[in-house]
Amino acid sequence: MSAAREHGLPAVVAPRVGVPWTLVALAALLGAVLVGLLVGPVPIGIGEIARSALARVPFLSVATPLDAAQEAIVWELRFPRVVLGALVGGMLALSGASYQGVFRNPLADPYLLGVAAGAGFGATLVIAYGPAGVDGFVLPLASFAGGIAAVVAAYLIGRSVGGGRTTATLILAGVTVAAFLTAAQVFVQQQNSDTLNEVYAWLLGGLTTAGWGDVLTVLPYVAISATVLLLHRRTLDALAVGDEEARTLGLDVTRIRLLLVAAATLGTAAAVAVSGLIGFVGIVVPHLVRLMVSSSYRVILPLSVVVGAAFLVLADVFARTILSPAELPIGVVTAFIGAPFFALVLRTTRSSA
Amino acid sequence: MVKKLLAVCLAGAAVLALSPGAVAETAATPKPFPVVLATPTGKVTIPRQPKRIVSLSATATESLYAIGAGRRVVAVDDLSNYPARAPRTKLSGYTPNAEAIAGYRPDLVVVRTDSGLTEALGKLKIPVLVQPEAANLVRAYAQVTQLGRATGYRKGAAATVRSMRARITKALASVPRGRTLTVYHELTTDYYSVTSRTFIGQIYRMFGLRNIADSAGGTSDYPQLSGEYIVASNPDLIFLADSKCCGQSLSTVSGRPGWSTTRAVRGRNVVRLDDDVASRWGPRVASLVQTVAAYVKRARST
Repeated sequence: MSAAREHGLPAVVAPRVGVPWTLVALAALLGAVLVGLLVGPVPIGIGEIARSALARVPFLSVATPLDAAQEAIVWELRFPRVVLGALVGGMLALSGASYQGVFRNPLADPYLLGVAAGAGFGATLVIAYGPAGVDGFVLPLASFAGGIAAVVAAYLIGRSVGGGRTTATLILAGVTVAAFLTAAQVFVQQQNSDTLNEVYAWLLGGLTTAGWGDVLTVLPYVAISATVLLLHRRTLDALAVGDEEARTLGLDVTRIRLLLVAAATLGTAAAVAVSGLIGFVGIVVPHLVRLMVSSSYRVILPLSVVVGAAFLVLADVFARTILSPAELPIGVVTAFIGAPFFALVLRTTRSSA
Repeated sequence: MVKKLLAVCLAGAAVLALSPGAVAETAATPKPFPVVLATPTGKVTIPRQPKRIVSLSATATESLYAIGAGRRVVAVDDLSNYPARAPRTKLSGYTPNAEAIAGYRPDLVVVRTDSGLTEALGKLKIPVLVQPEAANLVRAYAQVTQLGRATGYRKGAAATVRSMRARITKALASVPRGRTLTVYHELTTDYYSVTSRTFIGQIYRMFGLRNIADSAGGTSDYPQLSGEYIVASNPDLIFLADSKCCGQSLSTVSGRPGWSTTRAVRGRNVVRLDDDVASRWGPRVASLVQTVAAYVKRARST
C-alpha cells in the first residue's frame, strides 16, 4: 500500500491535507448535494423534501407530505442524478490528477491522452455491432478496452519519439491517437446510420436519464479505480521527482505506471459509459487544488475527488435549471463555468506568487 | 469563340422566353413538360419527363412510390427503407456526394436539404428538387402534388393527396370532444422531444392535445426535457418514436423510475409509433394520424 513510506520517502512528500481545506471541500460537496436535491425544474419545497426524507428513516413516524409523483421525482430521479454526478465528477477529477502524476505532465487528461476518444470508439462499436440490450453491462467494458488501447498507443508513440519525457511529445501523440479514433468512430457511425441516434445520445451524454441502475453500474468500477489510485498517492509524489530517483527508492516504475494508468482509465471509462463525454473536470479540478492548496499528490488526489464531485453536481444543477424544463448539455456548463473560474484562479495565484 | 458562346446564350434565352407562351397556347390540356417548380432554393426547371429519378429523401421516396412514379426511380439514399422494393444504395442525403449521384445518370434528383447539390448538379444540367421538412399537413400535400408535376404523375399525386386527406379528416372527426389531454412525444431515450412547431407537433395540435414540450420550446423545436419535468407534467398520452431504434415500449417506460405514476402509464396509453413514419411527412402520415386518433379516443374514454 504505502510503497513510498516503506522505502523511506517521507522526506520528499508534502504534509497531509490541511484540515481547513478538507473542511472547505467537504462543505462545498455537502452544499452542492443539498442544492442538487432541492433545486430542479419541478419546484418542491425544502420543508417538504426534509419531511419526506425523515419519513424514510425507520422508527420515525413522520408522514411524507409529497404525492407519489413528487416522491418519485425527488428520490428516484433527482437524488440518483446527484449521486451519479458526484461519482462521475469525483472519478474524472481523480483520473485526471493521476494521469498528470503518472506522466509528469500537467496537461494530461482523458481528452488529450485520447482516452475519451478511445472509450467513445469502443462504445460505438458495441452500440453499432453488438446485440441489442446488452449495452448496460458491456458498455463500460468496451469503453475501458478502447480507452486503455488509446492511452497505451499514445504513450508508446510519445515514448518512441521523445523518450516519453517531454510534455509536448506525449500530448501530441495523444492528440494524434484521439484524432485517429474519432475518425474511426465517425466512420463506423456513418456505416450504421440506423443506430446514429443512440450513439449521439450517448456521446453527448449528460445525466438526464440517470437512475439508481446507473449508479450501481459505475459504483464497482469507480470503487476499484479510486481505491487503487488513492492508495498510490504517495507513490505519485515519488514519481514526481523523477524515474531515476523513484527507482533508487526501490519502486518498479514501469509496473506502477501501468497499474495507475489502468486504474485511471477504468474509472474514466466507467464514468464515460454512464454519462457520456464530459470534458474539463479532469484537467481543471486537479489544477485548482494544486494552485490553491498544495502540489503534493497526497493532497491533490483526495481533494480532487471531493472538489470534482461538488463541481459536477453543481454543473448539473445548472444544466437542468437554466433552460428549464429543457436540458442543457452538461459539458457546455462545465466549460462555461469552469473556464472563467479557472482563469481567475490562475491569474490571482500566479500574480500573488 | 465568344460569339459562339453568346449565340448559345441568346438561343437559350429565346427558348426560356418562348416557353411560357407555348404553355399558355395549349391551356386546355396543359403540356406537362417543361415544368418550372418553386423550391426553397429558387426555381427549378425540369425540361422533360424524368426517366431516371434519384431520391435522397426518405419521405420523397415514399411519395414517389405512392403516386406511381416508383418505376422511374433508379436509386434512393441509405435511409429510404420504405417501400422495400425501392433501390436502396449507399448514397447519403445528409452528406451527399454529387459525383456518386451523377453516376446514376439521373434526370431528376429529389433531396431534403440542398447541401450545395443544386449548384454542383446544375453544372451537369441535372435538375435538383429540394423538399424540406413540411411545416404542416398543407405543406405535405403540396409536396406530393409538386412531385406529381415534377415526374408527370399528376393524377397519381392527386389521388394520393385525396386519399390522405380523406383518411385524416375521418380520423379527426372520429374523436369526440372532451377535456384537454396532455401529450409527450419521445424522440430519443434521453428525452429529446418535439414542440407544436414541428410537423408531428402540428398533428397533435389538430387533436387539441397540449404538448408538454411547448414550455421548453424557447431554445429549440426539438428540446431535451428533464425527466422530472416529464413525470411532473403527468402526460395523458406518451408516443414513442424510439420504439424501433431503441426498443422502447409500455413496459420499458413503466420501468423507468417515477414514470409509473403518470396517467399515460396507468391508463396504458403509451404508444409505440413507427420511428420512420413519425419522422417523415409522406403518405403514411395518414396511418399515423389514425393511430393517434385511436389512442386519443381511448384516453378520453378512461
